[in-house]
Amino acid sequence: MADETLLDILKRRGISRRSFLQFCAATTSLLALPPSMAAVVAESLGKVRRPAVIWLSFQECTGCTESLTRAHSPSIESLIFDAISLDYHHTLQAASGHAAEEAREQSMKADWGNYLLIVDGSIPLKDGGVYSTIAGISNLQMLEEAAAGAAAIVAVGTCAAFGGLPHARPNPTGAVAVSDIIKDKPIINVPGCPPVPAVMVGVLAHYLTFGSLPDLDALGRPRAFYGESIHDRCYRRPFYDQGKFAKTFDDAGARDGWCLFELGCKGPTTHNACATTKWNGGTSWPVQSGHGCIGCSEPDFWDAGGFYKALSTPVDSVTGAATAALAVGAAAGVAIGIANRQRKARARAEHQTVTIADLEK
Amino acid sequence: MSDMDLLLWARGPGLGMAVAIFLFGMTLRLFEIYSLGRKRDLSTPRSNSPGSGWRTIYARSLPHADTWRRSALTIIAGFVFHIGLFIVLLFLLPHIELIRALTGLSWPALPTPLIDLVTVITLISLIVILVHRLMDPVKRFLSGFGDYLVWTVTFLPLLTGYMAYHHLLLDYTLLLALHILSAELLLVVFPFTKLTHTFTLFIARWYNGDIAARKGVAS
Repeated sequence: MADETLLDILKRRGISRRSFLQFCAATTSLLALPPSMAAVVAESLGKVRRPAVIWLSFQECTGCTESLTRAHSPSIESLIFDAISLDYHHTLQAASGHAAEEAREQSMKADWGNYLLIVDGSIPLKDGGVYSTIAGISNLQMLEEAAAGAAAIVAVGTCAAFGGLPHARPNPTGAVAVSDIIKDKPIINVPGCPPVPAVMVGVLAHYLTFGSLPDLDALGRPRAFYGESIHDRCYRRPFYDQGKFAKTFDDAGARDGWCLFELGCKGPTTHNACATTKWNGGTSWPVQSGHGCIGCSEPDFWDAGGFYKALSTPVDSVTGAATAALAVGAAAGVAIGIANRQRKARARAEHQTVTIADLEK
Repeated sequence: MSDMDLLLWARGPGLGMAVAIFLFGMTLRLFEIYSLGRKRDLSTPRSNSPGSGWRTIYARSLPHADTWRRSALTIIAGFVFHIGLFIVLLFLLPHIELIRALTGLSWPALPTPLIDLVTVITLISLIVILVHRLMDPVKRFLSGFGDYLVWTVTFLPLLTGYMAYHHLLLDYTLLLALHILSAELLLVVFPFTKLTHTFTLFIARWYNGDIAARKGVAS
């Protein structure tokens, strides 16, 4: 069993070679690789021998795991997870307590330097990291120990990638992202709240096929999935260009599928693959269901001024500052005005009349 | 600092500071100017011409035949860029949303491709104006640092807005942040440069028209 390849496992699960090749072709195209690479992907992926994966869950909601595993019907995506040796995962493993921690330590020792570390959730640093511990070990300590022996780290979800919800103001636990702590290991950020399952699988497939990280953007996200904005790929984009906007969620414009910019859509500044890969097996995605993009794959999306406020509007109210500025400006203006009048009055008072007689002196 | 951090700063504290400096500066300037006052005119008006001030506001917007002959380029480019600037500023939807968030007022937007076209025309007319300012000996002699600063802070919001819409050179998030920051720079510089003409121009014209009427040359 240990020598079984991914293709063997998939075959045993009733997935035909044809389906597998179709999946490889789709993943190759998702990764924006040339079509000729599909064969390479299929060959490499088929030969993969259960790489060890340790999945650490820190300050998170398990939404990322739910997104990646709860497909309505068993898909190749979910079977990929069966094909990797997921040696430690809170939600999915049978073991608990000390047995679970032992399994993690054993796996780390056995595959030191070679295992893939997947992290979801942010890491609290405030007050010695007491806000989140597992078996009495702080998240910080567990991450540092596990990262030391990892070949690469995948930060799944916006919490692990950028701090996410726990990092939102006022950030009571001092939550930070994986990349804020680990500096000496390759890190792939797969943000999203939760990330698109196909994106997660694509990243894994790329790593398994080539043994290297995909091309990343400045925020450590794979360009293949995060290279373009939701707005640029949105099927409602023509309405934006025509100036047709839904004003409320139930007006005629909303029913006709007009642009949701006025209702707070953050599509223009959000980089993700939702508009192209969609969700739930290609069924739909947030904008298609009538709700604007909330920008969940971008840093600090919780603090971006409210999900229902248009992107061009202020994050904070400026009324206070504006009122104070008007009052101070008016006071300063009146003071200068009074000073000017006094100067004029003084000049008038000091004015000396000159007569011809004075000049002839 | 990520692009998103910069954008959130521009939409948050940056905007607050820019609006505060703009309002502080403009209130101060207007109070300062109008509290200077004028000496009471004790003479009898030569012509009784009510409304001369208002007519002058309109009449001076039309080029005089002689001025037109000598400075057609300045007049055309000036009108084109001013009108273009106001169309872009007041009729692009994201701008209307900003005004609505700040004041509660809103009106229908123009289609984005039309705004795009107007932006290009406005940018070209601003470049023409700058080149003419540099080529024309009289204009160049009359121009100082303040004039070039005013041109720059007017040009930048249009340029960055155009670049953001077309995703030129940089990522959209960064360009949007730079666009908002450039508009904030305009607001900060506004009260302390010749940009104050936006508020003083028509009041000054009204005064000139009114005083001229009292002296017997009503428009």
